[in-house]
Amino acid sequence: MDMVAKSLGEENNTGGVHPLKFTLWLLIISIIMMFAAFTSAYLVRRAEGNWLEYDLPNIMLINTVIIALSSVTMQLAHNAAAQDNIAKLRLMLYLTFGLGIAFLFGQWNGWAELVNNNVFFGGESSNPSGSFMYVLTGVHGFHLITGLIYVAVVIVSSLRYKVHSKSMLRIQLCTIYWHFLGGLWLYLYLFLRLNH
Amino acid sequence: MSSTDISLNKDVHHAHDEHDHHHDQNFFEKYIFSQDHKVIAKQFLFAGIFWGFVGGFLSIIFRLQLGWPEATFTFLEPILGNWIVNGKLDPEFYLALVTMHGTIMVFFVLTAGLSGTFSNFLIPLQIGARDMASGFMNMLSFWIFFLASVIMFISLFIETGPAGGGWTVYPPLSALPQAISGSAMGMTLWLVSMALFIVSQLLGGVNYITTVINLRTKGMSMTKLPLTIWAFFLTAILGLLSFPVLFSAALLLIFDRSFGTSFYLSDIYIAGEALAHTGGSAILFQHLFWFLGHPEVYIVILPTFGIVSEVIATNSRKPIFGYRAMIGSMLGISLLSFVVWAHHMFVTGMNPFLGSVFMFLTLIIAVPSAVKVFNWLATLWRGNIRFTTAMMFAIAFVSLFISGGLTGIILGNSALDIQLHDTYFVIAHFHLVMGAAAFFGMFCGIYHWFPKMFGRMMDEKLGFVHFWLTFLSAYLVFMPMHYIGIAGFPRRYYSWTGFDAFNTFTDLNSFISIAAIMGFAAQLIFLFNFIYSIFKGRRATANPWHSNTLEWTTPVNPGHGNWPGEIPTVYRWPYDYSKPGAAEDYIPQNVPFSQTQSSNLPYERDLE
Repeated sequence: MDMVAKSLGEENNTGGVHPLKFTLWLLIISIIMMFAAFTSAYLVRRAEGNWLEYDLPNIMLINTVIIALSSVTMQLAHNAAAQDNIAKLRLMLYLTFGLGIAFLFGQWNGWAELVNNNVFFGGESSNPSGSFMYVLTGVHGFHLITGLIYVAVVIVSSLRYKVHSKSMLRIQLCTIYWHFLGGLWLYLYLFLRLNH
Repeated sequence: MSSTDISLNKDVHHAHDEHDHHHDQNFFEKYIFSQDHKVIAKQFLFAGIFWGFVGGFLSIIFRLQLGWPEATFTFLEPILGNWIVNGKLDPEFYLALVTMHGTIMVFFVLTAGLSGTFSNFLIPLQIGARDMASGFMNMLSFWIFFLASVIMFISLFIETGPAGGGWTVYPPLSALPQAISGSAMGMTLWLVSMALFIVSQLLGGVNYITTVINLRTKGMSMTKLPLTIWAFFLTAILGLLSFPVLFSAALLLIFDRSFGTSFYLSDIYIAGEALAHTGGSAILFQHLFWFLGHPEVYIVILPTFGIVSEVIATNSRKPIFGYRAMIGSMLGISLLSFVVWAHHMFVTGMNPFLGSVFMFLTLIIAVPSAVKVFNWLATLWRGNIRFTTAMMFAIAFVSLFISGGLTGIILGNSALDIQLHDTYFVIAHFHLVMGAAAFFGMFCGIYHWFPKMFGRMMDEKLGFVHFWLTFLSAYLVFMPMHYIGIAGFPRRYYSWTGFDAFNTFTDLNSFISIAAIMGFAAQLIFLFNFIYSIFKGRRATANPWHSNTLEWTTPVNPGHGNWPGEIPTVYRWPYDYSKPGAAEDYIPQNVPFSQTQSSNLPYERDLE
């Protein structure tokens, strides 16, 4: 990542956005395309019939609230960093991390509830409608884990006093990614709600 | 990401900058795990050439089978071992051969080898940047590609053979390991390799886009960019939008294969026994696959559009005709490439009305394509043409693109496609328009930028021999295929001598095979020329083609950071060739208008 620093040093940044932030947006676009593929496949497949209808686990509504809250704490962490309030920054990052773990735990319980209702991922009695549910939540969960790793990285650097108003890039990128993951879940939840 | 520590203090950067220039790199940092875009480009080039020979060799083996179906190939036993039984090629291995030929050529050579080489090499050099936005991600992109390559290569040698379900890996064939041996371990490795390949392409593509948007030198507006950069930029955008969709499709296929889901599988009997899978849709895979698959053919051909435009303008000593129309047509093609995918699926039983919509959209692509061809021909028209090897390949590219493009108009008709679907007519069409044409564009780029890559020139005489043999064999191979295709000769058939309708084509098939072997042999001349010239070629000057773009303002062998001093500022577009009143027949982009008063046009006087 030395190269970024170096290229920037040339002061010929024509985009007005930091290259890494731009890169992050591009990666987000590629993740959006992935989910666009999954959800459109879901719609196409559903229209063909032979589609098992089942109730979404109730815990997923709670999860939605949890991840929305974690977005709020992430934003508060970001603002705290901008105001050099290191103690509040750390607290909010811990909260975000904790809420993220809680979300994943909740999703896991959601899967358990699905299995109890005989909605399976694979095997003889599975139906694509159930499999899609697991794929959408699973791939989102995978990305959320990468988000959690990034939050952990920011936590470590905040413990080393490397996140403050003059060094905001890392937490900015983390905030963007975290909000995106929250927004993605919101979209998936509404999508699954509406297409049942 | 953990190593990202970028402060906003500019002074610190300069200190850091100085440090980097004097930092001695060890062998591994310099040549293996290099973050220098020029080294990474060469790594992609070498890997691409290697894969090109592997893919070409596979095609020669199946051409032997097609050309001489009655012959015995005992002499191949030392290479193919158990795939030759009593001198006959194993039918399932034949399917694996065509599958791997397609996969290797489309993805590993013409996507990674082409974009990887020229986007990496030319983007920073032509826009005036020290390096890519993230050298680390760039390095990662190559090494993930390398890992994908290793896995794909290993799959060639496993006992059940490599993937055999066609390069499009349609389920249910590809989803059921018990269906053919090519759907067993080989398909698993194919999917793993392609998943890694997609990650590599995304890392690379994200970098190309960011670099073009963010790191252009002073004065380099989007409308002063060489057409190469526009082409690479749009290619990367296409990849960014379409490769994730292939990833999704592949992921669902992996689940179907290994986790018992039924996304693509429904009501299948194998050996009289019903499988547990129900409720899937095989057509769904085709939609997802071709949503990538169609943009993919433009990912293959767009970079060569840029390369050819650049080489034709330089060697005609004329400004490119219709610079903005060229950009516009590339934008048009990129946009349309996302709304035509179902023309690969006209015979899947889709609604005929939907078919006519896709047919209409498909045929519109002829318009921007024709604009491009017209502009290339108009650029050549009355130019002072210098027939360098690169120029020959560029002109031949235009020829192949026209020949292959015309049959695209035929195939785009959903009614005609009923007869022509999955025949050799399709093979002839796409090999001319995106296979041979893209290869010619790639050769064109290698011959043209070789002096910048290695500081030496390639041999022009060997280049001419290579060119003419390749050019002739490209036409001799693919022209006859149109005829057997119209007759209904189906692709992917191991043996066709059992059909009376096709027996008359024995001689034609042998002829195609001989031409293919000639074409493959010609590539050995290229390989010799390429390797020999790296070490023993004539030394190049800084700007051997008298070209205008920024890469030729660097030293003969540009070091880390590309320009030893300041990055040049850009004042003009890259196509000021043979400008009336100018002292020379070219004015590089970094020459200000104040130095060219004799040739300035009225509106340029304000810029002096």
